[in-house]
Formats: sequence, C-alpha cells, structure tokens
Amino acid sequence: MAVDNILEAIQVRKEFGGLIAVNDVDFVIPRGSIVSLIGPNGAGKTTFFNILTGVYTPTAGGVIFDGNAISGLPPHQVTALGMARTFQNIRLFHNMTALENVLVAMHSRIKGGVWRSIFRTPALKREEEGAHARGRELLEFSGLRGRDHAFAKNLAYGDQRRLEVARALATGPSLLLLDEPTAGMNPEETANFTAFVAKLRAEHDITVLLIEHDMRVVMGISDRVTVLDYGEKIAEGLPKEIQHDERVIEAYLGTAATA
Amino acid sequence: MSDKASPQAPKAEGPRTSAVSSWRSSWSRFRREHQWTRWAIPLAVVVVAFSYPWWGLEGPLSFVFNDGLGIDNDTLFNMSIYVMLALGLNVVVGYAGLLDLGYVAFFALGAYTLGWFGSGLFSTRDIHFLDTNAARLPGIHLSFWVVVLLAGVVCAFAGVLIGWPTLRLRGDYLAIVTLGFGEIIPDIFRNGDDIAGHNLTNGVRGVTQLDRPGFGEALNGATGGILPVRYTSLELRPWYFTVLAMVLVTIFVNLRLRDSKMGRAWIAVREDEIAASAMGVPLMRTKLWAYGIGAIFGGFAGAVYGSFINGIFPVSFSFQISVIVLVMVIVGGMGNIWGVIAGAMLISWLNFRGLDKIGEWVNGAIPGSGNDIAIAKYKFGIFGALLVVMMLFRPEGLIPSARRKAEFAEGEGQATLYDVRN
Repeated sequence: MAVDNILEAIQVRKEFGGLIAVNDVDFVIPRGSIVSLIGPNGAGKTTFFNILTGVYTPTAGGVIFDGNAISGLPPHQVTALGMARTFQNIRLFHNMTALENVLVAMHSRIKGGVWRSIFRTPALKREEEGAHARGRELLEFSGLRGRDHAFAKNLAYGDQRRLEVARALATGPSLLLLDEPTAGMNPEETANFTAFVAKLRAEHDITVLLIEHDMRVVMGISDRVTVLDYGEKIAEGLPKEIQHDERVIEAYLGTAATA
Repeated sequence: MSDKASPQAPKAEGPRTSAVSSWRSSWSRFRREHQWTRWAIPLAVVVVAFSYPWWGLEGPLSFVFNDGLGIDNDTLFNMSIYVMLALGLNVVVGYAGLLDLGYVAFFALGAYTLGWFGSGLFSTRDIHFLDTNAARLPGIHLSFWVVVLLAGVVCAFAGVLIGWPTLRLRGDYLAIVTLGFGEIIPDIFRNGDDIAGHNLTNGVRGVTQLDRPGFGEALNGATGGILPVRYTSLELRPWYFTVLAMVLVTIFVNLRLRDSKMGRAWIAVREDEIAASAMGVPLMRTKLWAYGIGAIFGGFAGAVYGSFINGIFPVSFSFQISVIVLVMVIVGGMGNIWGVIAGAMLISWLNFRGLDKIGEWVNGAIPGSGNDIAIAKYKFGIFGALLVVMMLFRPEGLIPSARRKAEFAEGEGQATLYDVRN
C-alpha cells in the first residue's frame, strides 16, 4: 500500500446484465497527484467514474475515499465527503445563472434550513452573503469574471466547461474528477485548460483524476496513467512507460483500425 | 452526445419583442434606481386587494367589478382560495418540476381535518379548546386557527407519507401515481364511515355543521368589535380578509424559499437530477420538502374552504380541481409567483363566474337568443382550447419568470445536449 492514498478502489466490478463493464479493477490515487484514466471508447472509463461518485453501486468490490467506504452511498453523500466531478457531456443547470450553478453546488457546505430561510435570520443572511462572495470568487478564479448573471446555456462552450469546473470546486472537494474536460476544445483552449488544472493542484491542494482522450494533455500533466480496455486494467504507470506499453498500443491501434 | 446545435453560436435576440422589451428594461432600471419601489408596489397591491369590498363590491367601481364581471363575495372568496392552491402547487410543479396530478388530495385532507377537529362528527366526544361557538356543542371543537395549523401539519405528514414511495419516480410515472392518490384519497373519505366499526368521515353524507373562524368575546371586545366573535354566512368580508391574509403568508413563504438554498436546489433538481445529486443535493429530501410544503398550503386552503362552504363531501374533491389548479399554474407562468396569481385569478373567475357572465353578454348581444347560448356548459371545452392556444402561442405562460422565458426562447434543440443514456 502506498503511503497516503486519497482513494482506493479494490477489485471493483460492475455488470449490466451479461455485460461486464468494469472487471475487477484495482486502482489508487495518491493524495496531491494528477492521475489519468485512459482507454479506447467503451472501455468502461465513465462507468468506473460513476462507481466512484456513487451514481452506480458496484456489483462487487469496494471504494475507500479518504478513509470512508463509499460504495453504495448516494452521490450527494459522496460529494459531501469531498469528491466532486464534471460531466463528459456538459450537465450544467442550463436555465440557472453561472452564480446560481455555483451556489447549488455549495449545498452540502452551507446550512440553510427551510425555517431559517423563511424568517431570514441574521445568521442565514450572513451565510448567504458569504456563499455569494465565495461563488463570485470561484467564478473569477475559473475565468468567468463578469458572467455571474448570464444563464449557463448562454455561455460560450469553453466557458461552460469552465463553469462545470467552478461548480465542482464549489462543493469544496479534496478530489476532483474531470470527465473529458477538453472534449470539443481547440488547441489553445486545451492548453489554457491544462494550465488551469495544474494551477488547481498548486493553489487549492486538490487531487485530480482525469479521463481524457487528448494524449498531449494526459502526457503533459499526469503523474500516473491507468489504461482500461474492455473493463479491464491493462496497464498502469508513469506516462512515459504507458506510451511504450505494448498492450496499450495494441488496444489503441485496434480501435483506430475499426474507426 | 448529439449536440447538433452549436453552443458557440451567439444567441440572436428576436427583433419582434423590441418595443415591449425596451419598455421592460426601462421599467426595471427605474425599479433598480428607486429602492422605495421594492416595498411601495407590493404595499399598494396589498392595499388595493384588502380594500376591494369598498371599491369593487360597493362604491365607485362596483358597476364594473361586482355587476359587470360578477366578482361578488362568493366569487372573491373562491378566487382567493384558488390563488392559494395555485401558489402551493407552484412550489411542487413550478419550482421542483414534479408533475402532481393529485393535488386535490391535500385540499380534501385539509377540509376533513376541520371535520375531525372542528365539528360534531365525533359526537360522543366532548373536547373543546378556545371554542368560539355560541353553545357548547358535542364533538371535538378546537379553535379554528388551531385546526388550520393542524390541517397544515396533517397534510405535510400525508405529503411525506405519499411522497416517500412515489417521488422516486420521474416524469410521467410520477404524474400517474399522483393521479392515483388524488383519486384514492377522496375514495377513502367516501368509504370512511365504517373503518373497523368507526365512523371517521360520515361517508357520502359528508360532514356538515362545521366550526367557523372566530376570535371570541375577549378579542372582539379588546379590538372594539373589529375582530368578529365568530364568522357568519351573512357577513362575508371577514372570510375574504382571512383568506387574503393567508394568501399573503403563502406569497411570502414562496418568495423566501425561492431565494433560499432549498429553492435553488429545487430548480437544480428540475433541471438535471443527476447533476444536482452529484453537486451534493439530496434528491429525496429536496423533493419531499417541495411536496410537503405544497401539501401544507393545500391543507390550509382546504380547512378554510370547508368552513366557508359549511359542508365537506367526498364528491367536492374531484380530479377536476387538480387539473384546474394545474392549468392555473401553467397558464399563469410556472415558477413565477405573479404569473401564477394572475393565472389563478383569471381561471377561477372564468370557472366560477366569468363564463356565466360571458354567456349573458353573448345572449344579450344576439337579439332573440334568450338564454339559449349557455357558454358555461362548455367550460371544459373552453379551458381545453385555452390551454392549447396557450401552449401554441405562449407556452411560457402569461407572466413567465426570466428563467422560464429563457427555457422556451431556445426551443427544444438545446435539450439534446443532455445525454439520457447516462
């Protein structure tokens, strides 16, 4: 066992009917690192993500996050423990403003309370003001200054991706899971985004798990890379090692040939 | 992913609304610059509403409102009750996006709570608490105000009980199950006259002789007769003021909750359940709160309505009511309190009086028709047509919220950004 792992997945398995989407995968994320999960389309990456975040309950195996067994917990409890995610296909609250999106994500960090909200107690007012201030701060940090009151769906595509990250950060995570965050971005936006993720780790002390197809991003910022294919872990190691791993090359060429 | 519509494309503002929108923007600028409008406008509306008996029922404008539109005491009371119901349902449907087709269940339950705690239904009991009836009647007679609160509590409890299994369902499935509950609960009241030998609801005969609101001798004396000892069927203004006060409370709670953590969570759940739960919003809790709070207002309205009508019968709580309240919310503008109020006033007026009046006008305008053209007979046809017309030309409602307007401005194309497979 490594010294300090923020997340450990032990023999995680997920079956959908007869299909084995994730096949007994062991996986660890050392605290403070950036780990990438790659693999051809349909390799089970997003399923694995969904198991980690509580959307799916694994058929077998378990996940330990920050010392808590989390498999079987609903997503909001996993989030409350400090794991946040973005979605591959942007799932913002489209008809809410950028600031409201971020405020929703603070749900498990602020007390609120229906009765206190109705009577708007001084303590609640302070809390709301604090949340709004922090929300604006996060938007600015994510490069969305001045867009606080824009509806999420009216933001440019790149800004929507940023808002997804800002929203995830608002949950107060210690581990951030990014599902193909640079999908659909041009090279310049991708480079900016990569720098942004590096800044996240440096300034916010956040561990990052990344699903990514863009190999330049993966090889550029990852400390470790794990490769899934047909639900199985076929390789794991430093980016350099992965680039030369035969099974990985085979998996990717195989996909390329059929594409 | 199937995002056909390029999200980068700049959103073109339609030129057709330019006149209205410029008027709107200058109005909203005026409101921003003059803070006093924040309290002055609501205050003015409240004063106008409370003084209606003096300028609309009688007095200068009575020929328009009382005679012309037919908004008399009864209609006024019914309209206010439906405003309250619509505001309650707005929390469930407008905010949290839970399609509830059985809202009448809570209206009925509120009324029956009055039957249990404010009538002679349990005539073998002799329980009284701040009872304002003239004589000491047999049965359970708690103070009307206590009963109203109890109705809220009972309905909240029932809302959670019904919501617990059903709110796990989504969309159409939820609608069907709530529809079922809306039918089951009046049926329980219909058959509740012999539950293990106990008569809990008096069956189809219903509960009559219900307690009326009142403040008792002491408060009556202390206020110099302003607060009546007990309400009567002859003096109807206190009833109106009471419901209006309750409507104000409902509006207040609606507004406060809309701008709270819970209100944001409701909208987030309506927008995207999976994303909401991934952002830390507990789905069941959040939906149950919406359902429970909606139920509370339904219960309040039911108790006051039962007392006003002075009779509670299972047949009074039909599916129609669920539908009409839902139509009010949709026509007015889901999620926007002012729209919902406008929708409720319009539809309830049409329902109780307006169609009769329109029929009179039509008959008057066509010589020799006598009273042959009974517009009110075609009530549901007219409501149906109204709904279809609304959905075609103004699906966002009469007075939509900014959010709702944005939702419809894009058309359905944007919806494909969601990946349902997840």
